[in-house]
Amino acid sequence: MDNDTLQHNMKELRNQFPALNQTVYGRPLVYLDNAATTQKPQRVIDSITEYYTKWNANIHRGAHYLANASTEKFEATRSALAEMLHANFREEIIFTQGSTDSVNMLSTILENEVNEGDEIWVTEMEHHANFVPWQVLAEKKKAVFRYVPMAASGEWDLEYAKKELGSKAKIVAFNYVSNALGTINPIHELIALAKNAGAYVVVDGAQAVGHFDINVQALNFDFFLFSAHKMYGPTGLGVLWGKKELLEKLPPYRYGGEMIKKVSVTGTTFNVLPFKYESGTPNIEAVIAFNESISFCKEVGRENMHAHEYSLLKTATERLKEIEGAIVYADLQNKVGVLSFNIEGIHSADIGTLLDQQGVAVRTGHHCTQPLWEKLGTTGSVRASFACYNTIEEVELFIAALNKSVNMLR
Amino acid sequence: MIEQKQQEIVEEFAFFEEWMHKYEHIIELGKEMKGLTDDEKKDELLVAGCQSKVWLKASLQENGTVNLEADSDAIITRGLVALVVSVFNQETPQDILNANIHFMNDIGLVSNLSQTRSNGLAAMVKQILLYATVFQAQQKSN
Repeated sequence: MDNDTLQHNMKELRNQFPALNQTVYGRPLVYLDNAATTQKPQRVIDSITEYYTKWNANIHRGAHYLANASTEKFEATRSALAEMLHANFREEIIFTQGSTDSVNMLSTILENEVNEGDEIWVTEMEHHANFVPWQVLAEKKKAVFRYVPMAASGEWDLEYAKKELGSKAKIVAFNYVSNALGTINPIHELIALAKNAGAYVVVDGAQAVGHFDINVQALNFDFFLFSAHKMYGPTGLGVLWGKKELLEKLPPYRYGGEMIKKVSVTGTTFNVLPFKYESGTPNIEAVIAFNESISFCKEVGRENMHAHEYSLLKTATERLKEIEGAIVYADLQNKVGVLSFNIEGIHSADIGTLLDQQGVAVRTGHHCTQPLWEKLGTTGSVRASFACYNTIEEVELFIAALNKSVNMLR
Repeated sequence: MIEQKQQEIVEEFAFFEEWMHKYEHIIELGKEMKGLTDDEKKDELLVAGCQSKVWLKASLQENGTVNLEADSDAIITRGLVALVVSVFNQETPQDILNANIHFMNDIGLVSNLSQTRSNGLAAMVKQILLYATVFQAQQKSN
């Protein structure tokens, strides 16, 4: 592929990821479970070590050298994220424990916005983390939990949404990219419908942030959330971006620590954004190291990453289809590098076990999207997902290992 | 007896040097196992496993031993299930509860039985021990 600029510098790129350079069960590791979590470049790992070696101090409160230095580094990541997302204000960036934590926080602070009889919308292809918290909120508030159905092709049924999604909708929450299928969803249309209805728009970007640039202003989100570890960053860290006027008006989530302004026996007042939503000592080293992943993505360029991953996906899909009984889910144009498939008559877990023995790491099962697989008439799939550091040689190793597995299982 | 059966399995697997042959043998065991009919695969017999389903049926027989029948929808799990059943089947609740289960680790298939939730085997062993506890209580009360 001509526009695959990563291919030329692949050796150098892969050398930045020490975890890729190892053998498992005596075979070279082929890591194709990137939609679950990506490997980390050396600069992220170094940053964590450096933090504990040099800068460790509790942030924001201490009046000493180390506390100031670590606070500065911590806040530099917030600024970098504001720039990355094109946020209007840096205090719109809230650090959380991950995407799941972000959704749980949102579904809690939005509680008073939902009344009996209101509708909360999701889609049929949501990750459980962006499904269950809303379902529970709807139950709690006697609201109606509704969803945009998914067609067998792996696309949203927008016609249904056009007919059904109206002024009763209070919250519309959906994923930008499906974790189970890799489809890039037509979010513009759904956002327009949600905005017309006067609903809050919540976008789960966990599977999007590692693959293309996102402008939260231009896309007109109200809330956007993702995890650091899916874009080459540390685990246990997530981001919730929200429009300033909304975050200012909504109530706090957890109480204690940095989020408090003044406490007395007669009452407590709360701190301003973003601290209002960051109670307790945060995951300081992860936040600081995350800045390195942000600059890594910027330097490599998400467009380059996506073009490269997409070319791997195309080859892998073609080669997979040569195997008898191959079923490819969401065989569509508009996708990130996620190949979700089954082989007729063989359980996905069996394929995963045998691929693993050959050094190929994939994910098998329902990928935390049970309603989606119910719609597709099965219980799960094998998912191979590509990152910027995967190579065409690895695609061939994967296909060879898959052929061997299928032959053993038939 | 349980210990002896485990030893036999460990010796059997010692013959296989290649991972492939080990798995081919497991797959073979899975294909050979009688298993359960579709009607017998009821939800109440399911033991919780993350990816592949495992059904387990247990009954206390008149001679005081436990009869086990099981199945899985994945063939490798089915083979592993066959191994687990062969070790515990037709043993008394007392012997099952006293057993030191080590063959899974010894044959190098499940390195961390208690922490893997992918194949449901840990849950299956736990379920067998649970049945054995109940059966033992029944025997004592009779």
